[in-house]
Amino acid sequence: MATLGICDSANLNGGQKLAVKYFTVAITLFGAQVLFGLMAGLQYLMPDFLYGVLDFSVNRMVHINALVVWMLYGFLGSVYWLLEEESQHEVVGLKLGNLIFWVLTAAVTVVVLVYLLVQVGPGKESSLWLINEGREYIEAPRWADIGIVVSVLVVFYNVAATFSKGRYTGIAGVLVLDMLALFGIYLAGMFYTTNISIDQYWWWWVIHLWVEATWEVMVACIMAYGLMKVLGVRRKIVETWLYIEVALMFGSGILGLGHHYFWIGTPEYWFSIGGFFSALEPIPLVAMVVHAVFDAGARHAKNSNHPTMAWLIAHAFGNFFGAGVWGFMHTLPQINLYTHGTQWSASHGHLAFFGAYATIIIAMFYLAVQHWRGGVWMSGDLPGNGWKWKWSLGLLNLGMVGMTVSMLVSGYVQSQIERAIEGSSWIGYFAAQAHPWFTQGMWWRELFGVMFAVGFVLLVWDLLTIGKGEQRALVPAVSEG
Amino acid sequence: MATNQWWASETFWRKTAIWVTGGSMVVLMLLTMDTLSQISVGTTRVPAYSVINHRIEYKFDEQRKVQVPVIGAKEPLFGKELNEEEAEALVKLGKLTTQAKNCMNCHTLLGNGAYYAPDLTKAWLDQYWGTKEVREVQMVEFIKDPSDKLHNSMGRRMPKLGITDEEARGVVAFLKWMSSIDTNGFPYNFKSIEQEN
Repeated sequence: MATLGICDSANLNGGQKLAVKYFTVAITLFGAQVLFGLMAGLQYLMPDFLYGVLDFSVNRMVHINALVVWMLYGFLGSVYWLLEEESQHEVVGLKLGNLIFWVLTAAVTVVVLVYLLVQVGPGKESSLWLINEGREYIEAPRWADIGIVVSVLVVFYNVAATFSKGRYTGIAGVLVLDMLALFGIYLAGMFYTTNISIDQYWWWWVIHLWVEATWEVMVACIMAYGLMKVLGVRRKIVETWLYIEVALMFGSGILGLGHHYFWIGTPEYWFSIGGFFSALEPIPLVAMVVHAVFDAGARHAKNSNHPTMAWLIAHAFGNFFGAGVWGFMHTLPQINLYTHGTQWSASHGHLAFFGAYATIIIAMFYLAVQHWRGGVWMSGDLPGNGWKWKWSLGLLNLGMVGMTVSMLVSGYVQSQIERAIEGSSWIGYFAAQAHPWFTQGMWWRELFGVMFAVGFVLLVWDLLTIGKGEQRALVPAVSEG
Repeated sequence: MATNQWWASETFWRKTAIWVTGGSMVVLMLLTMDTLSQISVGTTRVPAYSVINHRIEYKFDEQRKVQVPVIGAKEPLFGKELNEEEAEALVKLGKLTTQAKNCMNCHTLLGNGAYYAPDLTKAWLDQYWGTKEVREVQMVEFIKDPSDKLHNSMGRRMPKLGITDEEARGVVAFLKWMSSIDTNGFPYNFKSIEQEN
């Protein structure tokens, strides 16, 4: 018998108990990401702020690493969340899974402490092994890389073995292959080479094939599960859509990798290949919007969890605009020559990571809280009309859109002044950076960042309180066929 | 019913997904093999490390309509000609230093990294360093302790990162070598330091 209204682990199955641990770390790191982002953003405006103590490079590294790790935790948590329900079988190696969770979390803690306290090392390979690999997004030192690989192998084993012993659904098939690809690709980033062209060639394998291929398929799986769960969409429908999305995502995203190979020393044929395939990358994201919005509309948006549904829709649009439109805007080499390495990339990066990934993980947070509290009512008629989740949804999304547009304005200024007019020299760089139009963008970015941070605080508050003392049980979404 | 149509069937899309993914991966593998052979050290796109013994220019190519690196007369870095192994060791020290000091989280290299500080792709050729006679010394001194040197009007400064003299020379060697990579015209319309005698 579920205990309504209080967080009781007896309300969860084994995989879900582990999932909420992953989610707890994920949201903590999300907070760290916001905090260090605000500090790095402030350094654009007040360069002496924490100079020599926590320099921009450190803050920015923690900002983007917290991002990668919290999202990975969000994904692993989501997978463990749906695993037993989807396979209709207990997680086979739950004890091992728990142990690995603690090992991974301890490793992440040590890595962050070393980033903050040691920061840099001498120009030797030992620095790359122990302190910081110095490659954007995958800065984690090599020892931690090995730990990450071992940990994710355990998760992979748990997922593959549980599905094999239980029910092997379409979602299961896609998920298992996707996780294999996701973890395999990580290995491409685990070596040192002096040749920076080859370095960046493989580095993009990790970054791009994660973010623009395997992560997209991962969220497509979560979306499929989420729509069945909160809307009651038929399995046949979501799984057919899932295959369509996989075909379109991998079909455009794998060779779309070429849009990172325009300027790193690689041959000119990547102009055509990268330009063409990456231009197709928005198509699966349109498919996802159609899918989610149509399914919601077909049921008159009647669903068992309003915050989750709202964040799933935010995901569909955020993914399309952030990854799709904002990516497409500067993906062709003819424009990328002027935008590559400017605030354009930062603008795109923010909206894409938030729109495509943060949103859907937040959707899963709400689903988890709902069931942790015993499967409570989370549709209309919440106390206070659900003002906390609504306001945090609004502030987070508006804050992010505001940051994105601000950085885009600054990016335009950079493309114009630094690249087109001044000719990409350092004088040109500084002329653009000091231009009032550019600094204005940086101010607005910081202000919208504060708005985003307020939204985050509200989100945490809401997750801690929503459904507390709620005595109404949810009415499960019923599949119509 | 639409679900009976072949184009709306689960099986059709599952097979399509598998074939499209597999096919794309095969094409990517083939392209990767070709690209890696074209960008290994010692090719026309990515010159040997000993290129640091020569003058490197960045000139407009009439056919490609973009600037390309041109390797010119002998101009050994720090006035000392290095053989291939010595050159590689020095550039390697520089590359390792750029990673260990986390340069990429302020600067961009080949346009990739963070946007708080200028791009380093053609740093070796930038007019910021004054004349080519003082460039090497200026760069080494700057990298060792930038905190009190002239930066820009905004007050943004590079911190002192504990870079040794040898490491700084390595970084300069790495930057000189990197400027010789054919980046298809990135950065565009770049104004290079005066290098003619």
